[in-house]
Amino acid sequence: MIYFDNSSTTKPCEQAISAASKVLSGTWGNPSSLHKMGLEAEKLIISARQAVAKSINADEREIFFTSGATESNNTAIFSSALTKGKRRKKIITTATEHPSVSAAIKRLEDKGFEVVRIIPSENGEISTSEVIRHVDKNTLLVSIIMVNNETGTVNDISTLFKAVKATDTEVYTHTDAVQGFLKIPVNAKTLCADMISLSGHKVYAPKGTGAIYVKKGLNLKPFIVGGGQESGFRSGTESVPLICAFAEAAKAYSKTQDERYKKAVLLRQRLKERTLALDGVYLHEFKSCLPYINSLTVMGYKSETLLHFLEEREIYVSSGSACSKGKKSEVLKAFGYSDSELDSTLRISFCADNTEDEVDRLMDEIQNAMNSLVRIKR
Amino acid sequence: MNEMLLLKYGEIALKGLNKKSFEDVLIKNIKRRLRYLGGFEYTRAQSTLYIKPKEDADIDEAVDKLKKVFGVTKICRAIVCTKDFSDIAKNAVEYLKDTLLRSKTFKVEAKRADKNFCMTSPELQKELGAKILEAYGHLSVNVHEPQVTVTVEIREENAFVHALKIDGAGGIPIGTSGRALLLLSGGIDSPVAGYMMAKRGVIVDAIHFEAPPYTSERARMKVEKLAKIMSGYTGAVNFHCVPFTKIQEKIKEHCPEELFTVIMRRIMMEIAQQIADSEGASCLVTGESIGQVASQTMYAMVCTDAVCTIPVFRPLIGMDKTEIVEISRKIGTYDTSIEPYEDCCTVFTPRHPKTRPQLLDVQRAQAQFDFKPLIDQAVEETRAYIIN
Repeated sequence: MIYFDNSSTTKPCEQAISAASKVLSGTWGNPSSLHKMGLEAEKLIISARQAVAKSINADEREIFFTSGATESNNTAIFSSALTKGKRRKKIITTATEHPSVSAAIKRLEDKGFEVVRIIPSENGEISTSEVIRHVDKNTLLVSIIMVNNETGTVNDISTLFKAVKATDTEVYTHTDAVQGFLKIPVNAKTLCADMISLSGHKVYAPKGTGAIYVKKGLNLKPFIVGGGQESGFRSGTESVPLICAFAEAAKAYSKTQDERYKKAVLLRQRLKERTLALDGVYLHEFKSCLPYINSLTVMGYKSETLLHFLEEREIYVSSGSACSKGKKSEVLKAFGYSDSELDSTLRISFCADNTEDEVDRLMDEIQNAMNSLVRIKR
Repeated sequence: MNEMLLLKYGEIALKGLNKKSFEDVLIKNIKRRLRYLGGFEYTRAQSTLYIKPKEDADIDEAVDKLKKVFGVTKICRAIVCTKDFSDIAKNAVEYLKDTLLRSKTFKVEAKRADKNFCMTSPELQKELGAKILEAYGHLSVNVHEPQVTVTVEIREENAFVHALKIDGAGGIPIGTSGRALLLLSGGIDSPVAGYMMAKRGVIVDAIHFEAPPYTSERARMKVEKLAKIMSGYTGAVNFHCVPFTKIQEKIKEHCPEELFTVIMRRIMMEIAQQIADSEGASCLVTGESIGQVASQTMYAMVCTDAVCTIPVFRPLIGMDKTEIVEISRKIGTYDTSIEPYEDCCTVFTPRHPKTRPQLLDVQRAQAQFDFKPLIDQAVEETRAYIIN
């Protein structure tokens, strides 16, 4: 089995599995309980919070656990609106956000907020001056994705957000850092982001856990209310097993970030070399691209057909973003993909366990597919 | 509370000497549908089926199921009373409270099967009407166009009172009209076609053609889901799944592009017919409606039907898309039908299909390649299972 769909989800690592199972069988108390069993569970969360905070160079009081990045993104957007949305009614974002950001912003737009969606330039960049041009006294929030989940383009968040804050310190800044976290440095101290969304299952932890970083002193109103867990910012009994698993994965993979990155560069190089030998097969390249995420067009062949062809050979890739199951990607359109490219683009997303041999197998099979599958007519 | 269900047959009542056999099938179908909902007792009299739930029975759920049983035109929930006027009046006032409070006008209709009952029908109507008016002062009587008709039936054993008639599914009982094989794609039309045939008493089996890797497992799961929704009306569906990839690739390779669809459909029909023969189905059913798409012209249908020796029924032939959509919403298949998975491979669809193919040309084009071995293989490799 060859798994090249690591941007959809990753295989949980041993550390995460053993942490979760230890908590499930041993420390299953409710962290809010006043007795010893509750206290033991709470201690686990405290140390998990420290670990996740450390992984992005944040203070532990700035980390709030959530059910995943969709909740983190929704929280960032709706909490901003709950806090200052009466006075400020404009949101600046990009046309290339994950649906958990774009749909949440759309909801505010339907309620009367003004929304500016910046389209990336030809080389995939979000222009700082373009963002700044729109920032004004009415601006509530600037939300920009760190690494695009479909193309791998990397936005220079710290430059963008520094400029935003220089224009108006009152504007909230949020980045969805899901695809960048533990792949490239995410430093809360230098990023100038008020809020950062993180996901567990994209970094070798189980699904159902994530976190949001909220800068100290921001005093955001909570989006989810109830029993007052997570210092009142995110109510709901904490999923101690998943939180511990998330922390263990973050610890383990913080250490190996640089060497894994180098590996991804090699894998991407190999992929690129192999595409050069095939007519009509090419990687989309932008000015700044994460080597883990590769947008590969196989002209004339339907991506869904290719995906199932490869799946029959136990090679797993994705067509566009897995969240949009079969729908044409609006995000790729915003990146300037042509209609025929939209139909024929695969996402090959690596992890450090992938090998160059596996990349070769993939490209051999893509070649086989081109020899045996029926082409799309244009 | 002593409730009972009264089911009116409609069309079966007119079946003359065959009425009993239709009734037998209907009761068998109903028993099967209600088998997990507790105990029920069944009696029949005068084109009505009386279903008496035992204590453990779930009557709400039973009504939901019965709404999908073909052969039933109306379903009434009635209260059972003793044959004593004061008991009838008391029960009518209490049992029909919600309905009567929501209405402004009513009338009472009395039916006496037991002619020895102490009151005549007009007397009963008048007296019960008075009791209802006494209890609900806001009501007035309107014998021509009442909002509610309160019916009281005097039978040998008991009396029944009911007011609300729930629409049944109509049609005639499944199993009284033979067996058909439905070509089921993932679209909106074919499940509706299956429903229409079942409504006329036909047992519906389904055949689906899949073409991995051009179509996905999720696309097949979607079709299975459609069959399952359809089975709420048709009963268990014998589902046949045919591997079709090789045949499609060979058509593409050897036949003219503009005839792709018509040749593909001819081969589908040929395979379906073989399956129908071996399964005892005596016709094929498709969801085609004339002129809906380029491949559903009369010319194309002439070409596809030429390979069939059994009839091909197309119950949607004269319907507009909007009419078909309306039925698919009613039977609950619409939302599943529009899920966006790739169905029978848009990759293969010709840019400009021939809308007026001539049979001779099509036969000649198809003869470019010997499809027989692949057809035999596809039939051989067809997987069959039951969906309900």
